[in-house]
Amino acid sequence: MIDFELSEGVQNVQRMVHAVAEQMMRPIAREYDEREHEKPWDFLRTMWQVSHANPIGGGERRKDGPAERNLAMCVSIEELSWGDAGLYLSIPNAGLGGAAVAAAGTPEQKERFLSRFSGDEPKWAAMAITEPGCGSDSSAIQTTAVRDGDHWVLNGTKIFCTSGLMAAEKSEGFVVVWATVDRSAGRAGIKAFVVEAGTPGMYVTKVENKLGIRASDTATLVFEDCRVPLANILGSPEVPKTSEGFKGVMATFDATRPIVAASAIGVGRAALDFVKATLAEHGITIRYGASPHTLTALERDVMDMEAQLEAARLLTWRAAWMMDNGMRNNLEASMAKAKAGLAVTLITQKAVELLGPLGYSRQLLLEKWMRDAKINDIFEGTQQINQLIVARRILGYSSKELS
Amino acid sequence: MVNFKPTDEQELIRETMAGFAREVLRRHGREADERNEVPDEVVQRGWELGLVQAAIPEAFGGYGDTRSILTGVLLTEELAYGDAALALHLLAPRLLTIPLIVLGTEAQRARWLPAFAGSEFRAGSAAFVEPRWDFDATALATRAERRGTEYVLSGQKCLVPLARDAEAILVYATAPDGLGAFVVERGSAGLTVGEREKNMGIKALATYPVTLQDVRVPAENRLGGDGADLQRLVDASRVAIAALAVGLSRAAFDYARDYAKERRAFGVAIAQKQAVAFKLANMAIEIDAMRLLAWEAAWKLDRGEAATRESVLAKDYASRTALSITDDAVQVLGGHGYIREHPVELWLRNARGLTTFDGLAIV
Repeated sequence: MIDFELSEGVQNVQRMVHAVAEQMMRPIAREYDEREHEKPWDFLRTMWQVSHANPIGGGERRKDGPAERNLAMCVSIEELSWGDAGLYLSIPNAGLGGAAVAAAGTPEQKERFLSRFSGDEPKWAAMAITEPGCGSDSSAIQTTAVRDGDHWVLNGTKIFCTSGLMAAEKSEGFVVVWATVDRSAGRAGIKAFVVEAGTPGMYVTKVENKLGIRASDTATLVFEDCRVPLANILGSPEVPKTSEGFKGVMATFDATRPIVAASAIGVGRAALDFVKATLAEHGITIRYGASPHTLTALERDVMDMEAQLEAARLLTWRAAWMMDNGMRNNLEASMAKAKAGLAVTLITQKAVELLGPLGYSRQLLLEKWMRDAKINDIFEGTQQINQLIVARRILGYSSKELS
Repeated sequence: MVNFKPTDEQELIRETMAGFAREVLRRHGREADERNEVPDEVVQRGWELGLVQAAIPEAFGGYGDTRSILTGVLLTEELAYGDAALALHLLAPRLLTIPLIVLGTEAQRARWLPAFAGSEFRAGSAAFVEPRWDFDATALATRAERRGTEYVLSGQKCLVPLARDAEAILVYATAPDGLGAFVVERGSAGLTVGEREKNMGIKALATYPVTLQDVRVPAENRLGGDGADLQRLVDASRVAIAALAVGLSRAAFDYARDYAKERRAFGVAIAQKQAVAFKLANMAIEIDAMRLLAWEAAWKLDRGEAATRESVLAKDYASRTALSITDDAVQVLGGHGYIREHPVELWLRNARGLTTFDGLAIV
């Protein structure tokens, strides 16, 4: 039966996470935006204590686990991102790298790599896909993995690796690196390798200066004859005749895209909440249902922002709900991501506009939210890549038929 | 607990309506638009679906189904997918019966509902919109003055569906104590149904201007007796418009998608060009977005909660988006979209009407 009410369990999680966002994140949000490459260690350690071992997106599905795992994740991440998107992204956990291990790893690999997300010291796991020469077209990866005795030897450069610095150098974490074992095989030759922090031959050469989400590091990782044990490959080392294996890796995105959408929605809600509260302080209420010819431009804008945000949220919840119920959600995950990324980019821009000089000032957080929001229309599949995926699915086209 | 799956019963209703929409409404939609009339076959077969009778209590000859706005939304989307004008003709009697079922006194239900539970289509209607550019749904210019045991109604209405044949029309007016609705029976003194209106779209649906010149109705004709809170009815009517918008948008999307896969240019199907493919992708995303907004508002109303905000947002978003989606569909077909051999121009004209119609409490 159609129902939009969060279960009591999820509501409790929501309240708890909201308190964290309000009390721990908001007060330091501006500071770690301005001090881009410094880390809020107190916050990170506290978050580690309360939430380690909780892989973001597509973590191992426990049989006895809650049936609303993905939905609860989306709800939590909306709250955290309402607090601060950059700080949310910097929270130590198994992250995207952990999601890949959980999705494609053997039981031994899961034990080996995921069990470290406990103990006293915070740890991060990152995912390295993008290269200087390829972003959306991840099948064009140039980083190579060559077998040499009982090791894989990695060579290449990865960029835009979220939490790459923390995973590779500042903790006992790991980086999941996408590399090709056979360039002539195209997509089928692409495999994922777990490279543990401190492995010789893996270097962080740069941490990017960004438009937003500045509390989160975005690293360049260089691999020079970086040797990892044979057992560190996720999935089979065989190069299949088809690109099914690659599709398997891409399926990770079905879990992570709703989460990025949820994060976007959190930022959009922060901006919208602020605008509405400011208007209310000045005695302006939004007259829902008032005759169109009496509505002010301001009321129209706010109503449009609200509808856009709610539409994005419902699409996101649906994608997460499908995942929780074992349905394939490739189309719906991309729909949610495309909608949320764009909607929130526009909502935050409008929020800055509506409050005039206040919106533009670094005294408030609005301008920061606008900068933070934009990343959601780019990472984990740009707006255009998600449109492409939606288009292929609704048209029944392969990637050859629609490229 | 969050759930996006309709009940089995709702799925069954949806499938039934989808089949009817495909086989009957879509087949007759174009000709009905050209001729400005609804074929008898559509009326009779539509009536046999029990669209009007279903929610009428068994005591008055109906099926006694519980009225659910959400089910109404699912059903309306499917019918509008077939043809919005024909759907509105079939659902028009609900403009009278639904308010009576939800808010009517026992005496009011007993008096007017049985006529709508027979084996033949009976027209009923409601008069809400007024013929002025600054029409304000929150401050109707039509007045209802209390005089002793009667109300005296005066004002002008337009876009009143099936007014000429309606057994009775539920007239919305500003009463001394706020918004009221009054059952005005056919032939009441002072009630004049004008010439059939000529509109841009939703043409098969016969709509009329109605003039009320000191129309005297007994006080017991006021919906709910001494009056009733009509806010939820107004909100339900907003959700109904959103549902119509979803249905006709999906019709336009499906047609444009199929055309784009057939039509070839530069050696490939035009759907293989990103400019077209991305447009179609956005249409699909927006249709789901507007549907979910409509569902959420309907769900909230069904729970008995206030949902004016949700209903307004759903209606505004859906009716605006339907216009851009049907426009996109015309664009995908290019010149062919402008030609009346294809249905997309018809859907664009129909979508334009959604923001004009108001007070369509058909769910």
